[in-house]
Amino acid sequence: MTFELSHYSAALLFALCASTVFGITQRTTPKDMLRYGAYCFVLFAVGVIVASWLMWLIKH
Amino acid sequence: MANPQNPATVTQRSSKVSPTSAASMASIAPVAGWLVPGLGHFIQRRYIRGSLLMLAVFVMFFAGLGMQGKVYQFNTGDLLDILGFIGDVGAGLLYFVARAMDWGGGNIHRAVADYGTKYIVVAGLLNVIAAVDAYHIAIGKKP
Repeated sequence: MTFELSHYSAALLFALCASTVFGITQRTTPKDMLRYGAYCFVLFAVGVIVASWLMWLIKH
Repeated sequence: MANPQNPATVTQRSSKVSPTSAASMASIAPVAGWLVPGLGHFIQRRYIRGSLLMLAVFVMFFAGLGMQGKVYQFNTGDLLDILGFIGDVGAGLLYFVARAMDWGGGNIHRAVADYGTKYIVVAGLLNVIAAVDAYHIAIGKKP
């Protein structure tokens, strides 16, 4: 069983799973869990894009 | 019929829990949560949270294996290998099943296999966070 993921889709899957656990474990009410999970997901996703542009700038 | 979300009902329910059973739950929940992701929440009737935690850890672990990530063995060599082993063991029974089935041999020829290795380690670490959360619920620190 093997499957191929692109770099970005692998990062997004990572972000989805990690932010799910962070949201549930770091907040107490369901509404706060959802908000914090979404916040973590956005930070992960945007962080990957920012980091990739930084690496591009360093290379060029 | 009592509403389980009603604070008065929750107070009634928690007042019926004996200190002995609360103490045993504080021991059992984190161990159960470590062995089977989400089980620590399930046994405390947090079914939705338990299901989501189980799904997140299982998806990460098996996605890591699917990407041909490496499952670390016990070792006393390189520091990063030792830390990788500690992270992997956090997945509980998933780790022991993977070792018993000889899954996770790794593949140095594929870049995505390195992601898979990290997925497996992080699945274990996330499971430890979930087990600690189950403990916090058991001791009443979290609803």
